[in-house]
Amino acid sequence: MTMPTPSAFPSRRDFFKTGGLLIGFSLASPDVLPQLAAATPAPGRLDAWLRIGADETVHVFTGKVDIGMGVQTALIQVVAEELDVAPARVHMLMGDTSATPDQGGVGGSTSIAAGARPLRNAAATARLLLLQLASARLVAPVDQLQVKNGIVSRKDDSSRAVSYGALAAAQDLNDTLRVSGGGFAINVEGSGKPKDPATYTIVGQSLPRVDLPPKILGRARYSTDVRVPGMLHGRVIRPAGAGAPLRNVDETAVKAIPGYVKTVIQGNFVGVLAESEWSAIRAASELKVTWGSPAAVFPLDLYAHMRAAKPKATRQLTAQGDAPGALSRATRKLEASYLWPFQAHATMGPGCAVADVRSAGVTTVWTGAQKPHALQKGLAEMLRLPEDQVRVVWVEASGSYGRAGDEDVAADAALLSQAAGKPVRVQWSRADMTAWGGKGPAVLVDLAAALDPQGTVAALELTSRAFSGTEIIPQPNTAGNMLAAQLIGMPNTNPGDEYVQWGGSTYAYTIPNVRVTGHIIAPLYQAESPLRTTHLRDPNGPAGTFAAESFMDELAAAAAADPIEFRLRHTADPRAQAVLAAVAGRVRWDTRPSPKHGGTGRGVALALRGGTYVATVAEVEVDAHSGAVRVKRLVCAHDCGLIVNPGALKGTIQANLIQSLGRALKEEVTFDQTRVTSVDWNTYPVARWSDVPEVEVILLNHPEIAPSGAGEPSSRPTAAAIANAIFDATGQRLRRVPLRLHTTGSGP
Amino acid sequence: MARVSLKVNGKARPLDVDPQTPLLYALRDHAGLDNPRFGCGLGQCGACTVLLNNVPVRSCLLPVAQAAGKEIVTLEGLGTPEHPHPVQQAFIDEQAFQCGYCLNGWVIAAKALLDRHPNPTEPQMKAAFEGLVCRCGSHVQIAAAVRRAAGMRKTA
Repeated sequence: MTMPTPSAFPSRRDFFKTGGLLIGFSLASPDVLPQLAAATPAPGRLDAWLRIGADETVHVFTGKVDIGMGVQTALIQVVAEELDVAPARVHMLMGDTSATPDQGGVGGSTSIAAGARPLRNAAATARLLLLQLASARLVAPVDQLQVKNGIVSRKDDSSRAVSYGALAAAQDLNDTLRVSGGGFAINVEGSGKPKDPATYTIVGQSLPRVDLPPKILGRARYSTDVRVPGMLHGRVIRPAGAGAPLRNVDETAVKAIPGYVKTVIQGNFVGVLAESEWSAIRAASELKVTWGSPAAVFPLDLYAHMRAAKPKATRQLTAQGDAPGALSRATRKLEASYLWPFQAHATMGPGCAVADVRSAGVTTVWTGAQKPHALQKGLAEMLRLPEDQVRVVWVEASGSYGRAGDEDVAADAALLSQAAGKPVRVQWSRADMTAWGGKGPAVLVDLAAALDPQGTVAALELTSRAFSGTEIIPQPNTAGNMLAAQLIGMPNTNPGDEYVQWGGSTYAYTIPNVRVTGHIIAPLYQAESPLRTTHLRDPNGPAGTFAAESFMDELAAAAAADPIEFRLRHTADPRAQAVLAAVAGRVRWDTRPSPKHGGTGRGVALALRGGTYVATVAEVEVDAHSGAVRVKRLVCAHDCGLIVNPGALKGTIQANLIQSLGRALKEEVTFDQTRVTSVDWNTYPVARWSDVPEVEVILLNHPEIAPSGAGEPSSRPTAAAIANAIFDATGQRLRRVPLRLHTTGSGP
Repeated sequence: MARVSLKVNGKARPLDVDPQTPLLYALRDHAGLDNPRFGCGLGQCGACTVLLNNVPVRSCLLPVAQAAGKEIVTLEGLGTPEHPHPVQQAFIDEQAFQCGYCLNGWVIAAKALLDRHPNPTEPQMKAAFEGLVCRCGSHVQIAAAVRRAAGMRKTA
């Protein structure tokens, strides 16, 4: 069997441990690599997180990965800041289960808020240890030493100096760290205390993203570019609908395809293997596969089904005061319902993975999946291999925006590799990705509120009916989590019930009587279904905020109040007030009640997410004849506490505004009774060049407040801001996404 | 299988390949290049764009035999790390892109557009870019990079 080599990534070869020892910089033969133990480094040792090379390079090992928002650069800044070294000296190794501690991978916009903490603490501890070593070397107490770009010198005589590299080379730089929490929240603390943020000189600067120049120069490698010797190319053939059983496979036609190797069948899993990708693609399309009838029939009227279905689970999420009583006594009561469709991750590059599964020795899987350590567990269970015999190596991929499918394609590749006894690369087709990747759930929200004579909201009742955002939990840590595993008959053992709340999760408004109830609609099919739901960027946030912030606008209009003034009337939260004020100031907000009519309008929406505050204003133009909506401008004020890298943050928010504009105006997964019919970019359109408005981002920095998340929050208010602007322009209230004036009329 | 003589980034690349293989797979799997990239295989997104005699084409739909004898330029061949193409430099300066998986198409389309129209109008830009997808939504920085490359960047 050909030995795989990660020679595509020579920098990753430099660091692998056996039994806690560093093998170092000169690992001789790449053939040795797959034989090395696959165990994940224990987090309680400093050298699991950070090591300093004799060449002064600071090597950082993190279970976080970069899904295209530049978090690698921000984490470099955090470490460089604590160590007082130039950021260029910091090298990150991300998401290799054999070389990096488990930090839960990426999710929940937590990579800076929580993920940077152990790196900051490890770096602070390394700095203290280095200073203690330097103290002996330079014969001066620690408080009489200074550090400049990794050179420690005496304050009274800077010619007496020693470098970090020299100190670390002479002595083992290690310490035991206290470990707390787990997953995203894992933290370590050692003897070194991090700096006071008021003294930061590197954190807070717009350091250019380190990943972009190699990408733009065509020198970067993605998961799609991993090639190992002897590798076969695979493609999968999906069932004819949810739960359709495999009846027959006829290989006759494909045997003539040059390079065709074989067809792999396990249960309802069908895949083809070939020596080249094009041959695999041809074989997948020409293989004659017969399926039985699907086990599930999808409803033709989705929202009628959601309205009528007996909930799988129900939970009272908020109960303060007496909302039902206040509503029944109300002299002025408003009610409205809002609809949000299934949406797709539809990643730019369909999921791709390379798997080299071995019955003995270490199995290696190269993947762009966001949670490599969880994937290691799920794949080991699916392959029936010991967990520490499976090594998952993250390689940057197309932006994933959640549990997009890199996990599922890794399972496809792993099954095919196990069957072939050779390394296998699988890149999904566009239809595999768009039609069969996990979906963000469809959501229906009913709202009712009582307005008192002073024009304030006296009571509010929200009832959501939604598919759970965790029919497939985002952590791929069990076998049944993966599509391929479901196709071979492994059950999805740990689905969750994720409820839709007011505004997603939290809200800034003070309302005396509130009741929020969530219902979970049962999955349309429990196992292999193209409509199985999972996390898509800001799970339930855009849907819940679309409902809540459209309804706030309806209440403002009913109270004949200006939409921003009305929101300010209902919040005492200074950070909420500040983002509203910032965005109002920038757009020179025209203070008056909506609607204005006349074909142009402005709308606002406010959202909170995990400590981050976002207010977005949309300005729209509506063609009176065709009903076409053109968003002319989006302005977003964003407060996520301390900002690590304003330039990269601004880029992420700008892009998120465009993506969420597409979700508001264009994105809807369509399906018939058996199949998802959104299969490509024509049938699942997203924002394109001509949809793009002027975009402005206002960053409110709070160095005194610990950073909160920024990858997702700005996707939250966009749809409501646009819908509210359309109402201002036309007087028509759209309560269904995608927002379409000509077809939706006045909504449901 | 047949011998197809390609000229890629200035070098002769004879390949033994099924002449019906799309150029995309010939370049990626037979010539070992990482760009162009597979996005849809349907000509809908542009991630697979290459220059063929200085015209941007979708390599996922073009049989490799039809590219024989023509000058093929991929993202790798546009510039070098030491001497980036000015369009690449403009994208770097503007910190364009989030994940960057789509950028192959944007950078090559921008280069071709600016070769034809050094100061492109909005309709010319729309014609060049409407057929490309950037799923992350990096269009604002992309537009800034194109303007910067065109030397028509407005002062703020």
